[in-house]
Amino acid sequence: MSRHPRSRSMGWPRRIAHVALILLALVFLVAFLLLPLATVFVEAFRQGVAPYLQAIWQPEARSAIRLTLLVAAIAVPLNVVFGVAAAWAMTRFEFRGKTLLGAFIDLPFSVSPVISGLVYVLLFGAQGWFGPWMEGHGLKVIYAVPGLVLVTVFITLPFVARELIPLMQSQGSEEEEAARVLGASGWQLFFRVTMPNIRWALLYGVLLCNARAMGEFGAVSVVSGHIRGLTTTMPLEVEMRYNEYDYVGAFAVASLLALLALLTLAVKTLLEWRYGDEIAAHAPGGH
Amino acid sequence: MRRQVLPGFGLSFGYALTYLGLIVLLPLAALAWKATGIGFHGLIQLLSGPRTLAALRLSLFGALLAASINAVVGLLIGWVLVRYRFPGRRLFDALVDLPFALPTAVAGIALTTLYAPNGWLGRWLEPLGIKVAYTPIGVLVAMVFVGFPFVVRTLQPVLASLERDVEEAAESLGARRHQTFFRVILPMLAPTLLTGFALALARAVGEYGSVIFIAGNIPMHSEIAPLLIVQKLEQFDTAGAAALGVALLLLSFLLLVVIALLQRWSNRWAERAA
Amino acid sequence: MTLELSHLNRRFAEYQALDDVSLEIAPGEFLALLGPSGSGKTTLLRILAGLDYPDTGSVLKDGKDFLATTARERNIGMVFQHYALFRHLTVLENIAFGLRVRPWRKRPSRAVIRERVERLLKRVQLDGLGRRYPSQLSGGQRQRVALARALAVEPDILLLDEPFGALDAQVRVALRRWLRELHEELQLTTVFVTHDQEEALELADRVAVMNNGRVEQVGSPEMIYQQPATPFVCEFIGKVNRFTVRRNGAGLAAGGWKPEDDPWQGRHTEAVAYVRPEQLRLAVPASQPAWEARLRHIYLAGSVAHLELQVESLEQPLEADIASEDLSRLGLQAGMELRVAPRGAVLFPRDGQGATINHERWIWHARSPVPA
Repeated sequence: MSRHPRSRSMGWPRRIAHVALILLALVFLVAFLLLPLATVFVEAFRQGVAPYLQAIWQPEARSAIRLTLLVAAIAVPLNVVFGVAAAWAMTRFEFRGKTLLGAFIDLPFSVSPVISGLVYVLLFGAQGWFGPWMEGHGLKVIYAVPGLVLVTVFITLPFVARELIPLMQSQGSEEEEAARVLGASGWQLFFRVTMPNIRWALLYGVLLCNARAMGEFGAVSVVSGHIRGLTTTMPLEVEMRYNEYDYVGAFAVASLLALLALLTLAVKTLLEWRYGDEIAAHAPGGH
Repeated sequence: MRRQVLPGFGLSFGYALTYLGLIVLLPLAALAWKATGIGFHGLIQLLSGPRTLAALRLSLFGALLAASINAVVGLLIGWVLVRYRFPGRRLFDALVDLPFALPTAVAGIALTTLYAPNGWLGRWLEPLGIKVAYTPIGVLVAMVFVGFPFVVRTLQPVLASLERDVEEAAESLGARRHQTFFRVILPMLAPTLLTGFALALARAVGEYGSVIFIAGNIPMHSEIAPLLIVQKLEQFDTAGAAALGVALLLLSFLLLVVIALLQRWSNRWAERAA
Repeated sequence: MTLELSHLNRRFAEYQALDDVSLEIAPGEFLALLGPSGSGKTTLLRILAGLDYPDTGSVLKDGKDFLATTARERNIGMVFQHYALFRHLTVLENIAFGLRVRPWRKRPSRAVIRERVERLLKRVQLDGLGRRYPSQLSGGQRQRVALARALAVEPDILLLDEPFGALDAQVRVALRRWLRELHEELQLTTVFVTHDQEEALELADRVAVMNNGRVEQVGSPEMIYQQPATPFVCEFIGKVNRFTVRRNGAGLAAGGWKPEDDPWQGRHTEAVAYVRPEQLRLAVPASQPAWEARLRHIYLAGSVAHLELQVESLEQPLEADIASEDLSRLGLQAGMELRVAPRGAVLFPRDGQGATINHERWIWHARSPVPA
């Protein structure tokens, strides 16, 4: 039961205590994590397969899926480029204010999603800094797709950078220096030396970033305006259906998001098993 | 500045800073600007309504309680996952991250259905007189759910690297199992436990998606502060929303500062204990 | 190709890594930068490689400003302390890297690259291991891959940072000899950093001893060993006995021994003297000045025997080394009384504050060397 060799000879009271602790932990994990997950699928299929398929094939659902993919397809690459640039600057050079820059990168993690939405409303809303000017030029951010993209970028900004910085710090710059002495240009050393060394950590970061980008609710809820078929992402579609008492519809869309979560967990676990040392020690998932 | 050996400092630093400035700092500056526009007295006035105070109280104390529960449960589960071998351990270990991966809205409706009076868990709790859905307890359940992985994940590496010899030394000195735990292991874990607690807390204070479904959002009873911000925005009360946003932000930063100080103190404590 | 380093200074936040360093490196020379950690030797090497820049000072290569060129343009081969092999590339790809990243016009054809890489693999005695990854090689093999990778670009200068530091003792000695032979064959200007004096003395044509960011002495291994320029060099290179010589009455003396000479002509009242263990005579006739010493211990270490002598008049022990076979010839046994005196010594006078005056160094030899 325990990997400790001495445990073979351990007494009954302690063995019972071990089993009790394990059971207690499992009860909690099942009740608290597994049951909600099971609920999603059970509720989605409560009336059978046909209503389920119908629910996810409705035009609103399809446009929500398209919008979710679009938002993630813009936000994730932007944050990948940012994450790589920030990690390069933070780990390959010494400069004043480095700690502050690191704190700024982490900032979105400690801001409530609702506040992330709020600050963009204050910037681009009707009464915001740029709102009136943009309205005059026919540009719409709040209650439109650009707003959804912007808040998603904000919310998911730290993920890639946070994965890369500790890894690149621990790897050091000796290999890049060697490439430099051997005559490699900046881009050559980046693509031929740095990238291969960080690829799994980068993929890991992209995975987490993407999961959050597709699943974000609070922040997009604030800037979306809930216009069916236009500004509702999948999580928002779930909310709207739920509030309209369309439980099968809500859970059907939710089941797709739950599948995404399971896929993310599976790939993430696989990456950790296979490439643990190339991803570096860290607290996985969030911060 | 001296000549750089590796290329790309200007490009990477410049890009990162500009991007951060535009995406993070400028919008947050807008919030700060709005708050100064309201002024300190205006801020107090906007926040002093009983409904606002009740919501802030629920967000704060709910989050503190949820983070405390997570500290205890997270310690148990982290311990079991690191120390014991049992069938399905790796699966459960992977499952711990579910609250990170599952979109909050999905978690919200699932928890609500589960704890509703006719739900799988709710129907067992109802006869005992425990109502979870649409009460502050529901808020707590959702907050525990979203904060759950933080404590486990911060503790795991530390638990794994904890020297067995220290425990064995304690036991060889005649310490009982519970004495070893409370006098040797817990002090060594305290700083990490606090980190996990802080992360769970920060997440729970601002949590929105998973809470609003199960909370029922009854004013003065089960309404959280982030929801009030959303409502004020829907009523085009930008000033009120900004005031509440600033209050919530300051609150969570204050909590984090307090925890950082606690951590420094407990670090010294842990060093002395080790 | 001559390198001229003059008045280099490099300061890091806390300490002065290089303090007015000047040095000349001749074509084809094998130069060792020797010093303890923190002495600035690695900083100096990194400046030559273009991986660091001095705050002030200049480096000229054949009269042209070397610092104006970047690491990329210097045509240098460098072997890093931990080799810095590209872990995602095979041995072959590692060695070919420097050729493959060349601009299209200067890049050799695939066939030429393959041929050159194969030749280098053979030269570093790794033929057949080309498809392996660095993680599948031993320390000594990795070191040779790093060397082949550095040589592949046909560099003007080869720089090695603690090339044997991470290897175990046996591999280290074998690789050392091999590197020396390679140098004799290629006649490539080579600079290497080491903290191991034995390594420096055995390998290099010339040794620059560094301490606290300064070059203490530059010279051939023999010169560094026999005519150390400063107390630091005396103490850092080899084992050494150290004692104080004082003026009493007419001449200088330390306990029962006196050098019977004074090149300073009475200007200094105190000096510090260094004597190597093998420079002690153990059976000095009563007619000559010597210390009365008691042989406390004999430590037999293979071909050499280390003797621990207690000298009452110096109030300190001395160490003497003799060939093991001489032990019985001299009939030495622990507990014996001996008359001991140096055959040669290096002395540095001290000024009023106790600091040594290094430019007034005196290399003393016994007038009538009598075999021990």
